[in-house]
Amino acid sequence: MDTFNALLLGFISIVLINNLVFTKFLGICPYLGVSGRIDMAFGMGLAVTFVVTLSGTLTWLIDHLLLIGTPLEVTRYVCFILVIAGAVQLVEMYIRKFFPSLYDSFGIFLPLITTNCAILGLCLFINLWEIDSLLDAVVRSFGAGIGFTMAICIMAGIRENLNLADVPKCLKGAPITLITAGLLTLAFMGFAGMIR
Amino acid sequence: MADNSDITSGIYKDTLLAGLWRENPVFRLLLGMCPTLAVTAAVKPAFTMGCCVIFVLVCSNIVVSLMRNLLKPHLRILMFTLTIATFVTIADLFLKAFQPAMSEALGPYVPLIIVNCIIICRAEACASKNGLVISIIDAVGMGIGFTMALCILASVREILATGAIFEIQILASQREGGWFVPWVAMSMPVGAFITLGLLLGLINFVTKKR
Repeated sequence: MDTFNALLLGFISIVLINNLVFTKFLGICPYLGVSGRIDMAFGMGLAVTFVVTLSGTLTWLIDHLLLIGTPLEVTRYVCFILVIAGAVQLVEMYIRKFFPSLYDSFGIFLPLITTNCAILGLCLFINLWEIDSLLDAVVRSFGAGIGFTMAICIMAGIRENLNLADVPKCLKGAPITLITAGLLTLAFMGFAGMIR
Repeated sequence: MADNSDITSGIYKDTLLAGLWRENPVFRLLLGMCPTLAVTAAVKPAFTMGCCVIFVLVCSNIVVSLMRNLLKPHLRILMFTLTIATFVTIADLFLKAFQPAMSEALGPYVPLIIVNCIIICRAEACASKNGLVISIIDAVGMGIGFTMALCILASVREILATGAIFEIQILASQREGGWFVPWVAMSMPVGAFITLGLLLGLINFVTKKR
């Protein structure tokens, strides 16, 4: 039961309290770029969730089985980025085969998941937080994906309404999106006291 | 011959200046947002980050430019990322060895330079199409432009959050008998997003008017 509690806390903490987008500034580019429509944002979130879970797990395994304690540790970043690029390639092929319409609407953003900071960032954070059980790493990676999906969907919902709002001309587009994101992080700071 | 060299030096100058303002990676192209927001709570880490980016950008542009004729289209991005990852590892180990405190403060944002869109963007848009000299000049221009943007943002945030710039106290806070009330929110994520948003708005406003 203790393990279950710890896992649940880890999950909630990464979804709400240490949300990658709002507190660690990771994955801002797709967050600003793709979040114009809510269905696309959701699809993007799911793709990222899948890639991040897969690569979080794989990088944890590689890190613990091959790298830690050996001279190979210097190649960590190269290994991580290779794993992520492979996982993204897999998702890309899958979506192209089974959801061609979704594939077309993603356009350039799909291969760009490789360079989504949220994914490499999470792998590095898992390494930094010294998480030592595989299950914990899997749960946290999945939670990070869910947190990203949530953030990007909230943002897309707001932006759909923002199109109708009367925004000062010079703030249109990216500036107002950033300010909105700032207010959202302020709201999410309210969760900070929940755990620990 | 003289005309020719004039034209080339004109191109060089143009490439250098493009990165500084006209195509400034942060303010104009909106690239590399993650480090821009994350490390700008104070000027010192922002400046260190900028230097790392300049180093990686110049080195990777050199390598990519040299191997541009050997690249296969579908493996291109992968080769770019691997090249960048190698140089980032060098920069990271260097920081760990000589600036351990700074390396600790920047944390995972140094390795995250690998996925910084600016570097891949420059490799793709400039270095894989141009010769060595242009690529280096472009990298220096873009790198300095990025560092400059980071420092501007960081100085705004640092002075509002602590009343200091580059850790030198400028405004005396109330606790020390001055009038300035530190605005803690500025050093938090909120401050980063809102300052950058308003700064972009300001730049839009100024450039539209002209």
